[in-house]
Amino acid sequence: MPELGKYAVEVLSAYAVSLVILAGLVLLTLRRGRAARAALARAEAETKGTVDAV
Amino acid sequence: MTALLARDLRLAFRAGGGFGLALAFFLIVVVLVPFSVGPESSLLAAIAPGVLWLGALLACLLSLDRLLALDFEDGTLDLLVGAPIPLEGALSVKALAHWLTTGLPLVLAAPVLGVLLNLPLAGFGWLTASLLAGTPALSVIGTFGAALTVGIKRGGLLLSLLVLPLYVPTLIFGAETARRGAMGMEATTPLAMLTGITLATVALMPFASAAVLRMGLR
Amino acid sequence: MSIWQYANPVKFLALSTRVQPVIWTAAVLCVAVGLLWGFFATPDDARQGATVKIIYLHVPAALMAINAWFMMLVASLIWLIRRHHVSALAAKAAAPVGVVMTLIALITGAIWGQPMWGTWWVWDPRLTSFLILFLFYLGYIALWEAVEDPDTAADLTSVLCLVGSVFAVLSRYAVKFWNQGLHQGTSVPVATGGRSVADVFFYPLVVSMVGFGLLFLALVLYRTGTEIRLRRASALLARAGRES
Repeated sequence: MPELGKYAVEVLSAYAVSLVILAGLVLLTLRRGRAARAALARAEAETKGTVDAV
Repeated sequence: MTALLARDLRLAFRAGGGFGLALAFFLIVVVLVPFSVGPESSLLAAIAPGVLWLGALLACLLSLDRLLALDFEDGTLDLLVGAPIPLEGALSVKALAHWLTTGLPLVLAAPVLGVLLNLPLAGFGWLTASLLAGTPALSVIGTFGAALTVGIKRGGLLLSLLVLPLYVPTLIFGAETARRGAMGMEATTPLAMLTGITLATVALMPFASAAVLRMGLR
Repeated sequence: MSIWQYANPVKFLALSTRVQPVIWTAAVLCVAVGLLWGFFATPDDARQGATVKIIYLHVPAALMAINAWFMMLVASLIWLIRRHHVSALAAKAAAPVGVVMTLIALITGAIWGQPMWGTWWVWDPRLTSFLILFLFYLGYIALWEAVEDPDTAADLTSVLCLVGSVFAVLSRYAVKFWNQGLHQGTSVPVATGGRSVADVFFYPLVVSMVGFGLLFLALVLYRTGTEIRLRRASALLARAGRES
């Protein structure tokens, strides 16, 4: 751990907030991506035979 | 086109047409300001140009969602898109009608309300001039916002969110002109910039508005 | 073989699936190295003390906030001119990433400004422009959400992006003018805060900037894939509904 002096709170909070926001963005993106894959798979299964292969 | 202008004006002046509503809103906003910041004359005088500009801008915004929505509902807009006159021209006329029924009354009312806010004497001329030069831009940009949101249900809030950032340059130069004028400083530079923005938007925005209207109605 | 073959969603998905692992790995690696290097292995600035370490977050985020909008502008133009769906969806996918980058830049800037300038926020031209950029992002995303027909939404948001870009640039200059007019003589030390940085600070900063760029690229590729899949799923269902 580096010596942050009197600005420890500022530096640490800046890193914490930024990393939390970035992690949130990545997690939301991945979750939405998985949901989309599932939705597509479901749609393909449901419409199998009724629609030409796309 | 003259017929379209006359029709829009008649509709606006008719009862329930919304004429006067923007003026009343402007008045109320200006009256509420001293209640929120305190009755101190010097403070009011200092913020008067900005408050009057912001009030006029919000009043302008208030009437935007009726600009095209009513015509969309009764099908007039589809007729306009298919009409032999260019849609860009029709939208310019509609923006002009909006300015005549909203912008111009606001310009005329602003000096009167300036008295309420203790606006310095030197500021009256600059305030009127800046509003006169700036409000047409508000109408034209607003028409673009109205065209963007025309098919959307409950698009009023969205319209504000889209249009307000676009109003930033106009507001900055407009309020700056009025503020500098009220402080007795040289104010022709921001006024020239403001006029430039207005002329550019009046010339170019109808094309963008017509484009998005065609896309939205397709 | 031209670059436009990747406008085909299937080809785009195939390529993006192939390159994504590499880009994700490189992005995480660069961000980690840049931030860890900056956080642990750089000295404090003589004037700013330890707060100089915030630069490794602030500058890359700000850089990507602007570049994301620029990428959306290019993608919107491609959509309007060549009608490639992937392009429109990429613009849609990039907007939330841009918002997050803008937010990080604003927050870290405020945290840095508190000890350095003695205030969280000043209406400095640079800060104000970023706030306006943030508003533009919000409007853009809100318009995407509000329009139901996907192609119409792509059209409208593309034009909004073009018009918004013009007004964003206009606002930038208006804000500069306005602030000088307001605070004549007072100088806010914004651009000097370690911008002309020494090498010790510069190398980790560059690594972090590259990392944020790669992270943006990875996120946009992934999110574009998501949008393509969602679109295809709804198209399949719609077509099945029509035929049955």
